[in-house]
Amino acid sequence: MTGMDAILHGGLQGYLVVALLLFAIGLAAVLLRRTLLMQFMGVELMLNAANVALLAFARYRGGDLQATVFYLFIIAVAACEAAVGLALIIGLYRHRDTTDSDRTASLKQ
Amino acid sequence: MNKYYWLIPILPLLGSVFNGILGRRAGKGAVTFVGLGTVLGSLVLAFSAFFAMKALPDHRLVLNFGEWMGVGSMSVPFGFVIDTLSGTMMLVVAGIGFLIHVYSVGYMHDDEGYGRFFSYMNLFVFFMLTLVLGSSLPLMFVGWEGVGLCSYLLIGYYFETDFAPDAGLKAFLMNRVGDLGVAIGMMVLFAAFGTLTVGDILLRAGHLAPEAGFGILTFATLMLFVGATGKSAQLPLYLWLPDAMAGPTPVSALIHAATMVTSGIYMICRLAPVFTLAPITMDVVAWVGAATALFAATIGLVQRDIKKVLAYSTVSQLGYMFLGLGASGFAAGFFHVFTHAWFKALLFLGAGSVIHAMHHEQDLFKMGGLKAKMPLTFWTMLAATLAIIGFPGTSGFASKDEILYLAYLKSPALWVIGVVAACCTAFYMLRLFTLAFLGEPRDHHAHDHAHESPASMTLPLVVLAVGSVLAVWLGWPKAFGGEFRIEEWLSSAVTYGQLHAAHGEHGSAQLPLILASVSTILGLGFAFFGYLTYRNGLAVAEARAAKFPVVHKVLLNKYYVDEGVELVILGPIRWFGNLLWKLFDVIIIDGVGVNLPGALARVFGDFTALFQTGRVRNYALSMALGAAVLLYVFLK
Repeated sequence: MTGMDAILHGGLQGYLVVALLLFAIGLAAVLLRRTLLMQFMGVELMLNAANVALLAFARYRGGDLQATVFYLFIIAVAACEAAVGLALIIGLYRHRDTTDSDRTASLKQ
Repeated sequence: MNKYYWLIPILPLLGSVFNGILGRRAGKGAVTFVGLGTVLGSLVLAFSAFFAMKALPDHRLVLNFGEWMGVGSMSVPFGFVIDTLSGTMMLVVAGIGFLIHVYSVGYMHDDEGYGRFFSYMNLFVFFMLTLVLGSSLPLMFVGWEGVGLCSYLLIGYYFETDFAPDAGLKAFLMNRVGDLGVAIGMMVLFAAFGTLTVGDILLRAGHLAPEAGFGILTFATLMLFVGATGKSAQLPLYLWLPDAMAGPTPVSALIHAATMVTSGIYMICRLAPVFTLAPITMDVVAWVGAATALFAATIGLVQRDIKKVLAYSTVSQLGYMFLGLGASGFAAGFFHVFTHAWFKALLFLGAGSVIHAMHHEQDLFKMGGLKAKMPLTFWTMLAATLAIIGFPGTSGFASKDEILYLAYLKSPALWVIGVVAACCTAFYMLRLFTLAFLGEPRDHHAHDHAHESPASMTLPLVVLAVGSVLAVWLGWPKAFGGEFRIEEWLSSAVTYGQLHAAHGEHGSAQLPLILASVSTILGLGFAFFGYLTYRNGLAVAEARAAKFPVVHKVLLNKYYVDEGVELVILGPIRWFGNLLWKLFDVIIIDGVGVNLPGALARVFGDFTALFQTGRVRNYALSMALGAAVLLYVFLK
């Protein structure tokens, strides 16, 4: 079964492929972009990839409610974390006039 | 009263603590009150204890406060023993100690460190009394070390000068050499007798016969004698005492003349029955004593510093005491300790009075003509000088002649050495006396300002002068119809535990009289010679010195012993120390041991720091790679 088949026909593997792609895109954003905002979005993508995988496994195991509850909690915590992360980025921008992560390396010195 | 006698040493200790902690804040009045009051209290208690001991049939008062150290078969009591020997010594320490404290009130009046001075002095009295009264060798050793500490502190009292701290250090280090001997001697005695309590050692020694050759007791007593040479400044460990004169003059009088330096003699008297068992040691003691007596007396002939003359005189007189001990004259040796404590303390205090009046001028050649300015000092110094040269009727006459007589019985050669030393003593004492008090003043500026010292200084002088003469009452020699009663008085202590106390044979009746007359006449002759030489200033002496330039120079430089020690002992030690420092310490310890691991850590750190770019993306990449590797490993 090819990847495209998996997506078209449903089943666990299709979901996992989506999750993998999401994770890879997120990781690429974190590693390749220098703008903190973009890197942050990459992190969020990777988080959601994990969520997709989690729910896919839950479904595969026969609709485990615990996973759904867990997922809801993760979403809530991720929202908080997003708020904190954005606030930090804004704070950094106010101080440094930049959101370039390569230029905020002053702890190195 | 018995239950208060433990206060005898403790009172001065309390005084020391008070003066040491609060001395600066409490003011001079309080320091004087506490410093003198505690010593006086201890003196009063000492008298009470002395008479309590005297009233006992065996003259032996033992105070036991319990066990101090108990390990295996060793049990060391914590206690005091007051017998005729320690009782007499205790009175000397507390009595002369008190007089010198009184004197110090005047002498140290303008000194910044008044409280510190009295704190040290009180501490010294505490340790000295512990040494004297201790009923076991370890407790005596505590006192022995303690007086060494106080000696160090007081020699280095003027710590802002260059030489005083060095002199203190010298005294301390030289005493360490001797103290090692005492420690070894103590251990050997424990091995031999199985106890460290003085009384028990003597009781067990009483059953033994003298050792024929070099046995364990000879070794133990020789080691103890090494300690005595350190503490009592005998050859070869005497070098520290002349330098110890860097301390204030009352210190020289109390510690380096009257009490501490005699503790070596006291220790040997304390263990007299053990020393008697080791004839070889006794020979060594006698010959070292005689050699020191002569050696130091010749150096004293040419010294210019008034305190240095007295210091060499002390070394020489201590040599006499050891000569007496070595000739089995424990009573004679201790009697000389007793009389010497009076007249030598007086000589030092008199010298201090002169120095005080001359505004800290210690050079004899700049003094002169002080008789009219300082009559009390003059007359008391005269009494002390007569006593030390053995003028008939004074205390020095009695004690010195008894020692010389016993030395003659041991070996006539020892007697000859002793008499020659006595002649030197007579000469340099009259030289000192004449240069300081008689003739014309040689430094008019200092002379004009000279004045008699205050009452707190002259009063002790008078008391000591009376004592210097009257101490003869205790031991008028048998040769002159006396009873030498100190011998009988001390016999219960120095022959304690002996089954058959040896009675020295006393030769013919005329012999002591002849010997004493010869030595006295010779001594007085040399005294007169000394007076004649310096009566009209320095011209005669300088002319004579010019005739014997080599002898004069050697004596003036104290036989170059200091230089020799520097060359033979200190030089190699310093060289070896340098080697250890530069090779072992700098290269091996610092280099290989410390700096090398440091450098390695730094190199490694610099390497790993390359990975710390400070860029989030790099960290994220390494994290992702790490996660990928883990994933591969686990899922493979």
